[in-house]
Amino acid sequence: MTGYEGADLAIALINVILLGLLFVVAIAIARMRSLFAIVMLSGIYSLISATWFVALDAVDVAFTEAAVGAGISTALLLGAMLLTSRTAKPEKRSTAIVPLLVVIAVGCMLVYATIDLPAFGDPDSPANTYVGTAYIERTPQDIGVPNIVTAVLASYRGFDTLGEVGVVFAAALAVILLLGFGERSLSATIGRKDKGGRG
Amino acid sequence: MSQKTDHHVILRVVAKPLIPIISLFAFYVQFHGDYSPGGGFQAGVIFAVAVILYALIFGIAPAMRAVPPVFTRSLAAFGFLLYAGVGVWALIMGGNFLDYDALFNEPPGGHDGQHYGILLIELGVLLAVAGSMLSIFYAFAGRVTEIKDEDW
Repeated sequence: MTGYEGADLAIALINVILLGLLFVVAIAIARMRSLFAIVMLSGIYSLISATWFVALDAVDVAFTEAAVGAGISTALLLGAMLLTSRTAKPEKRSTAIVPLLVVIAVGCMLVYATIDLPAFGDPDSPANTYVGTAYIERTPQDIGVPNIVTAVLASYRGFDTLGEVGVVFAAALAVILLLGFGERSLSATIGRKDKGGRG
Repeated sequence: MSQKTDHHVILRVVAKPLIPIISLFAFYVQFHGDYSPGGGFQAGVIFAVAVILYALIFGIAPAMRAVPPVFTRSLAAFGFLLYAGVGVWALIMGGNFLDYDALFNEPPGGHDGQHYGILLIELGVLLAVAGSMLSIFYAFAGRVTEIKDEDW
């Protein structure tokens, strides 16, 4: 076995282990009733996916998944969990079969769709030819930024990113409209506890 | 600290030095985004996590005194306006919306406009994301006064 093949095998092994872990965590989340454990496991799920993205050489995506999926989502879900009960309602066995069938059907369709996909890292795939190569070739002259992901995100596709920031801002606005700023409910209790406390 | 929360002393001592390090890492991610993975989105989220960690350990009220909700929501709006403002600046200088080459009316081949444009919009992303995330967290967490141990 040459070194190249050994590396290929090691990467395949890592992929299988990480995907297997994701599968186990997903099953555990589906079977659990304690919301706290589910929130923690979803954080672990994000962390494992981030590791898997690193194995796929998508470092920027992995970083975002680790920061957003494992970091802020877990904290926000914990905050949301405080407003509700701590355990999910148990589901009836008879109704649980329908989502299972839907998941199996969608999974089969997705696996069928992957047959037409180009191989991973295929230099002739559409993603690695036309516009992808153009960005790699033109970024040094056009933008002068070493990280091509930043060049695409902030400059070539700056308008898309403006829309993404708008989505984040709109999400915060929607939560505020639904739940309020949060400071008013808190300042009422602070005023009771230590008089005149700022909130 | 009140008597009944004293058993969290190890948690507080361990977490306290982590908070400035997390904030510092957020700024590293922000300003090193031109060279390495990262940028405004990730930096904003990491910075928000630093404040949320403070809120989870020391309570929501001290966190709201340190970083007031009115500040976070103004920050979110300001960040979005800063991003859009760079686009308007390019418009005023005669280019297209968000066309950084037009920012300083440079001759072709100059990269100052691109560098400052990217720096400014990434700063806008950082402020908008950090402010939005903290506003969302405050909206959720501000509705409960104190997180009791038995709540977990």
